[in-house]
Amino acid sequence: MALVLTEEQQMLRDSARGFLDEKAPVSALRKLRDTNDETGFSRDLWKEMAEMGWAGILVGEEFGGADFGFVGAGVLAEEMGRTLTASPFLSTSILAATALQKLGGDAQRQEHLPKISAGEAVFALAVDETRKHGPQKTAMKAEKYGNGFKLSGDKTFVADGQVADKIIVAARTAGAPGDAEGLTLFLIDAAAKGVARERTVMVDSRGAARLKFEGVEATGDDVLGEVDGGLAALEGVLNAGRAGLAAEMSGSAQTAFTMTMDYLKERKQFGTEIGAFQALQHRAAHLYSEIELMKSVTLKALQDLDEHYGMAGIICSLAKAKAGEVAKLASQEAVQMHGGIGMTDEFDIGFYMKRIRVAQEMFGDAAFHADRLAAMRGY
Amino acid sequence: MSDLETFRKDARAWLEENCPAEMRDGAGGEENICWGGRNWEFQSEAQKTWLNRMAEKGWTVPAWPKEYGGGSLSKEEVKVLKSEMRDMKARSPLESFGIWMLAPALLKYGTHEQKLHFMPPIARGEIRWCQGYSEPNAGSDLASLQCKCEDKDDHWLVNGQKVWTSYADESDWIFCLVRTDPKATKHNGISFLLIDMAAQGVSTKPIKLISGKSPFCETFFDDVKVPKEHASGIAAIVGDLNRGWDVAKYLLTHEREMISAGGGGLFGGRGMGEIAASEIGLEGGRLADPMLRGKIAQAEIDGWAFLLTLERMKDEAKAGQGVGANSSMLKYYGTEFNKRRFELLMDSGGSEALEWEGERTKDGKLARSWLRTKANSIEGGTSEVQLNIIAKRILQLPGA
Ligand SMILES: Cc1cc2nc3c(=O)[nH]c(=O)nc-3n(C[C@H](O)[C@H](O)[C@H](O)COP(=O)(O)OP(=O)(O)OC[C@H]3O[C@@H](n4cnc5c(N)ncnc54)[C@H](O)[C@@H]3O)c2cc1C
Ligand SMILES: Cc1cc2nc3c(=O)[nH]c(=O)nc-3n(C[C@H](O)[C@H](O)[C@H](O)COP(=O)(O)OP(=O)(O)OC[C@H]3O[C@@H](n4cnc5c(N)ncnc54)[C@H](O)[C@@H]3O)c2cc1C
Repeated sequence: MALVLTEEQQMLRDSARGFLDEKAPVSALRKLRDTNDETGFSRDLWKEMAEMGWAGILVGEEFGGADFGFVGAGVLAEEMGRTLTASPFLSTSILAATALQKLGGDAQRQEHLPKISAGEAVFALAVDETRKHGPQKTAMKAEKYGNGFKLSGDKTFVADGQVADKIIVAARTAGAPGDAEGLTLFLIDAAAKGVARERTVMVDSRGAARLKFEGVEATGDDVLGEVDGGLAALEGVLNAGRAGLAAEMSGSAQTAFTMTMDYLKERKQFGTEIGAFQALQHRAAHLYSEIELMKSVTLKALQDLDEHYGMAGIICSLAKAKAGEVAKLASQEAVQMHGGIGMTDEFDIGFYMKRIRVAQEMFGDAAFHADRLAAMRGY
Repeated sequence: MSDLETFRKDARAWLEENCPAEMRDGAGGEENICWGGRNWEFQSEAQKTWLNRMAEKGWTVPAWPKEYGGGSLSKEEVKVLKSEMRDMKARSPLESFGIWMLAPALLKYGTHEQKLHFMPPIARGEIRWCQGYSEPNAGSDLASLQCKCEDKDDHWLVNGQKVWTSYADESDWIFCLVRTDPKATKHNGISFLLIDMAAQGVSTKPIKLISGKSPFCETFFDDVKVPKEHASGIAAIVGDLNRGWDVAKYLLTHEREMISAGGGGLFGGRGMGEIAASEIGLEGGRLADPMLRGKIAQAEIDGWAFLLTLERMKDEAKAGQGVGANSSMLKYYGTEFNKRRFELLMDSGGSEALEWEGERTKDGKLARSWLRTKANSIEGGTSEVQLNIIAKRILQLPGA
């Protein structure tokens, strides 16, 4: 498959860009932050996105979705990254939709997917328990209890966990932390007895939570996929999230870069535009090259998820690692090349730096994915 | 079966029949290249047979038109042919500056007669070309070149010096940038001239590199008479008089693409991690040197992303979306990456990689290759020059 967007995907990109520039510019995120918005995103805006088919971009048509594939989802994530749009797109439309499409039983899909497509339900994926990503480290217990299970343990860094209606939780039905086997995914109602959540105010002003599960009851019907399905099933879902985050970071990095190039052509010091100084030109040209590499590997990861979902692990790690590093570089150079202005809250560039910091950490930073790649390649 | 699948089957059958067993060892590396030319000494009878059979078939340059010595294959067919050859580990039958650089320039700027005259001998590996661009005082600032070319009515008279001319001492002909109008502005008085190295007054002096080899030379022109036509109707100058800079620049884009793709040395072969694992060993399933392991993993990520970028740029060009100056980006990134890759190979080779002579290391093959890669970011325009081009052409920064 050619490593370019199809005409359909380009059209999606263009219409998304127009919509987001108008309805969700960075000032919208700024407002959410300044008003201490409890939800962390605009529900009206999310409804509008759902009407355009974005919420169900990965959902099959029989469940009201657009069935546009991972490249389509990545196109949207990238555009949202450009304007730093706050929405439950990653948690609900990429992670939960992938989990339900790939692992859900008929009843589960019929119950939940139409709600996702309609923008009526917000989902969150709760995996990590410690400060660094590591699904294999999962300690949360799901003990046998009657015909069902009882879940106990803590989750952290749960995107949109503060408002989610449903939470997909990774818990241990067997084995010990560190084992690849014995992991099971549960679909838990956020209002269930024993679930406590604490909204965490993060550097990027987006919504996230710490969750506490104390003897939360679940039945066999709440299991997503197989009991003891293990790491492999979860990794598929995480890979989709990683590629989505890579696309989002790609959008954020490209925008920060464009803003910086504009500034270099406009700001004058020493009697000339600062963009005329070779010290800045060479760094800008290097960054341009890195951004091109990031774009290639991100698109490839999304295409591979569409074409061979089960084998996209390495390429998704590559994309997440590369995008994380390049986007960090882009945000650092952006602030530095803007001089004093780049440090001000009034100027938008800081928002990019903050969101990129969070996105590169989520579901594994570059070091995590480099390690994973080395392990998969046998060294 | 689609036409392409039929072609694949036929091509494979032909290759199986015609590629000598010794030419199926997948050997790459500069020392195994067949460069051709009048002075060429074949490594083996098999190398000679392989070249001749492929040349006859038009497959040394499969994409060129048949009348110029090629196979008139479509892009897709060329891809299939290359993939079948890779699959068989068949060596490339012929590589040369004529193929990589001169021919693309001739195809765009040459006359039909020039193409008919000069291209078939390149395709057959009979004539080997070298590139006379750089001069002692014209490196990165190539357009300041001074090699003098005067119009003497029935011939051109060339006087001057070139430097860093790769393989000048083994080549038959040289494509050369010369100054035909000393009064014009820098870029406007240059012409692209073809000179027979056997002509009276041409001499070369090899220069030894840090790798211990002397693949390049100083090239001197003392009162060299170049006929205005090398044969009836075959002009010695390619393109218009005094418009050689256009030809030179176009050719450089091809050179850059060639260096970034082929010179990257990234295709085929074993990965850095795999090599390091076999050399240093594993502990608990991981490379025994954890810091090196991290560096290699990061480099593999970048290398992979770079290969995908080469692929994406090709696909974008096909879809008519590309940015021309991206060849500078690929040249910059690919060559810097190749240097980094060889540093890591030297790291994992440890003291064994430092041997310079002797059977065991094939006379320090790795160490010499490592040193050779240092030229990647200099030849064909330095990294800094590529960054300047990106800043100017793509980012459109002021004053660049
Ligand atoms: C937190 C903070 C506290 C500060 N406190 C004080 C204070 O107490 N008093 C005070 O007077 N000032 C203060 N400053 C201002 C500070 O000194 C300036 O921000 C700094 O000198 C840069 O100037 P600028 O912001 O105008 O950036 P610019 O000069 O516009 O620079 C923009 C970019 O261009 C680059 N650049 C500029 N010229 C060249 C060149 N010739 N070659 C290569 N690159 C170039 C810069 O390195 C930078 O990356 C403070 C700034 C900050 C951020
Ligand atoms: C192995 C090898 C093979 C070669 N083969 C050939 C050949 O076959 N034919 C041929 O014609 N030439 C050949 N060359 C020459 C090559 O093209 C030149 O070496 C190259 O263009 C650089 O020129 P220079 O060596 O004069 O360096 P200089 O131009 O003197 O550069 C010295 C340093 O200054 C930097 N610099 C120069 N200008 C700028 C600027 N504007 N901004 C920032 N930095 C700058 C350069 O990047 C470099 O780091 C070959 C070179 C090598 C190493």
